[in-house]
Amino acid sequence: MNAQLLQSPLGDAPLEKPMVPLPARRDIRGDVVLGVVVAVLLALGVVLVARFPSPHLSWWTVALAATCSSACGLVGCYLVLRKMSLLGDAISHAVLPGIALAFFFTGEITGVPIFLGAMALGVLTTLLTQTLRDYGNVPEDTGMGVVYTALFAAGVIMVQFGARQVDLDPGCVLYGLLDFAALNTTTIWGVDVPRSMLTLGIALALTVAFIVAFWKELKITSFDAGLATAMGYRAMLVHYLLMAVVAGVTVASFEAVGSILVVAMLIVPGATAHLLTDRLGWMLAWSVVVSVLSALYGYALSRWLNVSVAGMMAVVAGAQFALAVFLAPRHGLLVKWASSVRLALRIVGEDIVARLYRGEEANAAGANVTGPLAADEAPPQSDVHHPATAWARLRRAWATSRLIDTGLARRTADGQLLLTAAGRQAGRSIVRAHRLWESYLERHFELPLDHVHEPAERMEHYLGPELQTQLAEQLAEPAEDPHGRSIPPS
Amino acid sequence: MSVLDIHDMTVAYHRRPVLWDVDLVLDEPRLVGILGPNGAGKSTLIKAVLGLAPMAHGSVRVFDEPVEKVRRRIGYVPQRESVDWGFPVSVLDVVLMGTYGRLGWCRRPGHRERQLARECLAKVGMEDFERRQIGQLSGGQQQRTFLARALAQQADMYFMDEPMAGVDAATEQAIFTQLAELRSAGKTVVVVHHDLRTVEQYFDHVVLLNMRVVAAGPTEQAFTAENLRRAYGGRLSMLEAAGEAVQAQERA
Repeated sequence: MNAQLLQSPLGDAPLEKPMVPLPARRDIRGDVVLGVVVAVLLALGVVLVARFPSPHLSWWTVALAATCSSACGLVGCYLVLRKMSLLGDAISHAVLPGIALAFFFTGEITGVPIFLGAMALGVLTTLLTQTLRDYGNVPEDTGMGVVYTALFAAGVIMVQFGARQVDLDPGCVLYGLLDFAALNTTTIWGVDVPRSMLTLGIALALTVAFIVAFWKELKITSFDAGLATAMGYRAMLVHYLLMAVVAGVTVASFEAVGSILVVAMLIVPGATAHLLTDRLGWMLAWSVVVSVLSALYGYALSRWLNVSVAGMMAVVAGAQFALAVFLAPRHGLLVKWASSVRLALRIVGEDIVARLYRGEEANAAGANVTGPLAADEAPPQSDVHHPATAWARLRRAWATSRLIDTGLARRTADGQLLLTAAGRQAGRSIVRAHRLWESYLERHFELPLDHVHEPAERMEHYLGPELQTQLAEQLAEPAEDPHGRSIPPS
Repeated sequence: MSVLDIHDMTVAYHRRPVLWDVDLVLDEPRLVGILGPNGAGKSTLIKAVLGLAPMAHGSVRVFDEPVEKVRRRIGYVPQRESVDWGFPVSVLDVVLMGTYGRLGWCRRPGHRERQLARECLAKVGMEDFERRQIGQLSGGQQQRTFLARALAQQADMYFMDEPMAGVDAATEQAIFTQLAELRSAGKTVVVVHHDLRTVEQYFDHVVLLNMRVVAAGPTEQAFTAENLRRAYGGRLSMLEAAGEAVQAQERA
């Protein structure tokens, strides 16, 4: 059973997760299903894109989009893990004046100076924010908000100045030109390759190289910066390196997707990947898969609806994130919901078994049991306080049929529900847990005797054989619960 | 030769001193408990020694060297709450991080480091959990993982921040066993501790803190009712007022 789901829907008692090691093989069914679904989606996307006219243009645009999004997604994983998603946002905007400056000096909108300018501004944003926090008494989020908007605004004005001399469209700075990027080609080894492909390809290669080279440093400074510093790794140095890479990747993506949508490329794949896995390496791999799917379907949908490719990619990425929130194999809402339903059904079933067991007990005691039922014998409190809803009746019917299917109970010809031998064993264990817990409460809590039943009714479903043994030992093997009912042996 | 020599150390957050004029010398390997009420500066003391909290004044020497020079000989267990347990790493990954200090930049842990990490996990009884994601562990298991990581650092001096906070009885026993083993192997272990009942059983040396060192020395000498009363009997209002005055004037 999933240890995380031991939170009882009935009680709010926090439970120590059991000291049970996982089976040697992890449960990977969810991952396998996920893998198959994604493979099918990838193939379908390829078929979709291949059906458009002018396949050469289509494929290059998809390749550009996927490269750009993957580079952003990979480095974005670390932003997500460091809880610095908005710093990515800030940097992607703040690099603009660096680009504009480099453009003024060199007159080109591509090339190394642009990257250096942007990286410098990226590191400057981080530095300024931290300086404001440490020395200016400005909270970090406020500082970031001020620094990046101011730098971005300065950049916009500088670009407008530049636009008077050359044809530089401020609009494309914001939204990018992915739709036309594949048209501007150059020839390499006899193949027409879009110019942007070179920039983005190098950016992706450098990002991968950075992550491979500093894998261990990125991991430890992201997880436990204190330990990293104590060991002698300069956590701040790694931080600034990461910010420089974010700035570099952002600039490389600028021409393609613009400075606003690049934020989606940075954060959404990493955030989605984080939901799908609990290993760092797989998280990076999944972020690339999400990026490629965004590129394929973003392009296909944008051609179909005749809208911007970059915008559609961001929408598709967002949709993938939404799906992951619901369907992720271990952290998804659906899985959590399913196991809480399973737990609720188990509890209903156990309540039925326990009630049947108590009925048998009372019958065995014979006619000398008279008077009102002891609290222990009363029907479950939920029935008293909450009249059976349709949902509760459905749950009970389902749980009953499960009991019959699993051989814990059987129905007689006249419709009466009876315990089987196995069911009797299960009922004895639950009633034992219940009465042991009542005894424990009586010993250690200042509770009136008529208040111990309900807590025990909640806890009886969580006290397995091991805890029962511990309880019995601590209570010196009591024979009876506080109501005077005998505690059945294990 | 001293193991740890803290001289005239004052630690300040936002210019406000929170730990005043600490002088502390350990001449030989000890199992040291740092005790004091909430807000006494116990964690701050450890962090300042390791360079994780800003030292406004003073100096620290470990094994007669500046801390920067002996970082590889120092192990650290931070407070459990200081990290994100949803981080996508396994128990073994976390323990392997203990070997990073010796590896240095850009070198990956290999077979030897894995072997060492597994041995350390076995020492704290966690060998069956190595593949589990760290968020799926109980509090006690998380703390054992942190201890295994510290063991993998193979340090000569350890600083541990509340390693026994919020753990089950079995884990506390397992942790103490390891501490005693480190101690008998001639290592020095400095532990921030909060449970006064177990002090005499666990530590051979104590430091009682409350914004300054109230008492320090071998347990039987320093752990007295009188010293406890001075450490836990409320803060010194003069120190607080003086701290505020420093902050107000330095930031004006």
